[in-house]
Amino acid sequence: MPVVRRALVLTASATSAALLAACSPSPTAPAAPGGSDAPAATSITELDYYADEQGSAAWQKILDACATQTGIKIERQKVPTNQMLPKVLQSASSKTLPNLLFTDNPTLQQVAATGALTPLTDYGISTDGYYPSIVKAGSYQDKLYGVAPGVNGLALIYNKDLLQAAGIEPPKTWDELKAAAAKLTKDGKYGLAFSAIPSEEGTWQFLPFFWSNGAELSQLDSPQSTKALQYVTDLVNSGSASKSVVTWNQNDVADQFVGGNAAMMINGSWNIARLDEQKSLHYGVVPIPVPQAGGKPVVALGGEVGTVPVTDGPGQQAAGKVLSCILSEPTMVEWSKAHAYIPSKTAVAEKFGKDQPAMQAFVDEVGTARSRTAELGEKYPKVSQALADALQAALTGKTPVDQALKAAQQASGS
Amino acid sequence: MTLAAAPTVSAAPRANRKSRRDNRFAAWAFLLPALAYVIVFFGYPLVANLVMSTQNYTVKSFYTGEAPFVGIANYSAVLNNPLFSTAALNTVLFTAGSLVFQFAIGLALAVFFNGRFLGSALLRSLLLLPWLLPLVVSGAVWRWMFDQDHGVLNAFLRAVGLDAVPWLSSTSWALPAVILTNIWIGIPFNLVILHGGLRAIPASLYEAAALDGAGAWQRFRHVTWPLLRPVTGIVLMLGLVYTIKVFDVIMVVTGGGPANATQTLTTWSYRLSFQDFAFGQGAAVGNVLIVVATVFGLLYLRSAKATLAEAA
Repeated sequence: MPVVRRALVLTASATSAALLAACSPSPTAPAAPGGSDAPAATSITELDYYADEQGSAAWQKILDACATQTGIKIERQKVPTNQMLPKVLQSASSKTLPNLLFTDNPTLQQVAATGALTPLTDYGISTDGYYPSIVKAGSYQDKLYGVAPGVNGLALIYNKDLLQAAGIEPPKTWDELKAAAAKLTKDGKYGLAFSAIPSEEGTWQFLPFFWSNGAELSQLDSPQSTKALQYVTDLVNSGSASKSVVTWNQNDVADQFVGGNAAMMINGSWNIARLDEQKSLHYGVVPIPVPQAGGKPVVALGGEVGTVPVTDGPGQQAAGKVLSCILSEPTMVEWSKAHAYIPSKTAVAEKFGKDQPAMQAFVDEVGTARSRTAELGEKYPKVSQALADALQAALTGKTPVDQALKAAQQASGS
Repeated sequence: MTLAAAPTVSAAPRANRKSRRDNRFAAWAFLLPALAYVIVFFGYPLVANLVMSTQNYTVKSFYTGEAPFVGIANYSAVLNNPLFSTAALNTVLFTAGSLVFQFAIGLALAVFFNGRFLGSALLRSLLLLPWLLPLVVSGAVWRWMFDQDHGVLNAFLRAVGLDAVPWLSSTSWALPAVILTNIWIGIPFNLVILHGGLRAIPASLYEAAALDGAGAWQRFRHVTWPLLRPVTGIVLMLGLVYTIKVFDVIMVVTGGGPANATQTLTTWSYRLSFQDFAFGQGAAVGNVLIVVATVFGLLYLRSAKATLAEAA
């Protein structure tokens, strides 16, 4: 009798302990390795710029799932993309940074340089299995400050019906692209649309041509760079792309494509959901054409990295837990599916590409994609601006290509 | 009467002294909110901007609060930048172009609506629309209208047999295009204030002039124009200050492009700060703008004084 009773009591207490553990995993979870021993806070603040309706809803789902999983309440704040950096700077100077911050990867270097971010190794986040370029984009002075659950890139998206009608195969090389764009330009339609606005967005769109041709950001006026800019300029001068590319941002480019005004466009994976909504539009995606057959396209790596700013011990620990959850493989895949991103782990991305044929071209490109800030670090924004200026000067015909790039090299060097 | 008056008289000096003290207190009490407002919302940012323009203020400075003093290095960097002359010239052209047409069209419309006719009040309130719309909305709509291939402006030009104009994609057309947008936005402001000024001119003067045989032009030249002068001064002055600092319209319509063709001092200041992260240089450009606006403000005050003296 007493034996039975004790056994019962034991079972009961074991059950309740298990129940407790299941209900609130955070207090019983072991402290994160490294860093401070502070216990994790029960709620954190988070800042991101997924402000568009569809992206915002997808991101909210990810946050909700991780809030449930970690037991940490997440107070989310979102701002439009172009207000992200001013907002971060403002909260940095008033010491009110969010516990968890998702920012565009080229700005990471700027923010990390201030000393406002904590190394992610403090929270047991490792870089195993990630694409090396993603790790590079998230590192500043050899320390890891940001990791992305998913990345994006540019590819050539084409209208299947228009290409079929013209009897054209999706172009693989620069020559093929030029010929295809010229042939598809008719009846008020342009063969190709891309964005060349005077900002980072314009540089980002030009970089695949620039890098694929072997040019380097440290030498903007190299022969490879000149040839790349000349190629893009010729596309506009020959009329295969509208002169308005200097005023189109990437949303405008997608508008032109969806509206049937352009047969092909250079654009990012995040547009896929929007293209899928257009039932009458049949599109295909191929990697960005390369200068020579057999070459590999080198696109710039896009996407937002998760960082943990310096706040307070418990807040940082909690943010680290939430970030670990966001970076877990199932969450990574879910986010990539919802927002048409590419998972940032090699193995996960390969499987993802097989499951999502429209994403395969993007997945292929990530392997050779480069981080914009890997070589230049904090100096990148200045060089990017100079390159965007050169792009505009050449495309508007204000300055010949070689002179535009010489001026850019001077501006970026000073 | 006398009985009642006596205590009043004897109390007068004391009451005077007291009321003078009360007056001074009341004066300060009235002044203080305004003074505090000016110091907090105008003085502090101005001083902070001046200080920032003498510092090597970087992204890092926001977090650490440290920004080394560099004297006038930011100003010399800005002045030696090849973009400075472009931005300054564009600012002058943008401001002058906007002001001249805004004022001329606003005045013409004000005179037109000063005559009473059926629906004039309704039309006048409809003309206010550009002013009521958020600038970003107006800018975005104009951007579509300017589109080279599918914009309504070029569709119209083609329909009447003219060549399409590369409004926003050509370095020579982009500035006229943003000026056009800004003129459209600024007309209602000029219209409303000038219309108010016209209303204040007594009708008897026009009657007298008409009796003396003055025609429509002479009535405008010798009655309307001189009497409208104080209002004209205010409209042009405010217009200048509003126009010189225009940022959103240009940012939405062209973003300063193509190839910096519409870069003004304001957009350049933004670019230096938030794209190049040279906050000190951005602040320096901002200060140049403040100086220019202040000079014109002082000129206006002087001319206003002269007008008052004339009137007295």
